[in-house]
Amino acid sequence: MEALSKIRVPAKLDHLHALIDIVSNCAKEQGLSGKRINEIEIATEEALVNIFRYAYQGREGDVEISCMAEHGRTFIVRIVDAGTPFNPLSVSEPDTTLDIGERQIGGVGVFLIRKLMDNVMYGREGDNNILELVVNIEA
Amino acid sequence: MEINARQEKNATVITVQGRIDAVTAPEFENYLSNLIAKGDRNFIVNLGALEYISSAGLRSILATAKRLKAEQGDIRFSGLQGPVEEVFKISGFYSIFKIFESDASALDNA
Repeated sequence: MEALSKIRVPAKLDHLHALIDIVSNCAKEQGLSGKRINEIEIATEEALVNIFRYAYQGREGDVEISCMAEHGRTFIVRIVDAGTPFNPLSVSEPDTTLDIGERQIGGVGVFLIRKLMDNVMYGREGDNNILELVVNIEA
Repeated sequence: MEINARQEKNATVITVQGRIDAVTAPEFENYLSNLIAKGDRNFIVNLGALEYISSAGLRSILATAKRLKAEQGDIRFSGLQGPVEEVFKISGFYSIFKIFESDASALDNA
């Protein structure tokens, strides 16, 4: 599957907006709705911020992001980093029923990715974490 | 992101426009922190013009709410719509916070 757009930058928060803009424009070109584009932006941000914060644990490293469309049916955001192995799908879901005092701060990002995307796939290939965020393109 | 505040009789009404993401969330949290430091305790946050919120934004809201709870303060939300309302629902924020349709109804229940 050929990437519609691809970029590789240092895994730093400074690059968040540029990366989100690329994914957003890509999704727009595929005719996805404003609502779906917003959901893709959130899921992409959550995945990227996790990489910025945790993947390289103080070391320098890159993140590569590409978007792809498969047979006009699915839109895929593929995010690759060479950091510590991390499968977001292994994170347990936060308890969303707790009140303000008890509610924990963490865990919501990965939860949003899973709830907003139609499918999420994680794989480790060599030294790379590969995360694919997948949404169905409605005819 | 653009934040504005106005003082009503029994609450500070905050309006946030644009996006609260990992880059802008600290600015949002600091804005509220400064008001709390000045003595404000009751907030209504109008999210009617907010286009986007990620978990970083939710985190800043939760941190502020925890702080206000400890200070016997309160935070309520109004004008939720679109993707922001969706994120509030998915994350459970819709049920842990007091949500009103308008600033007026939030003020009536202050």
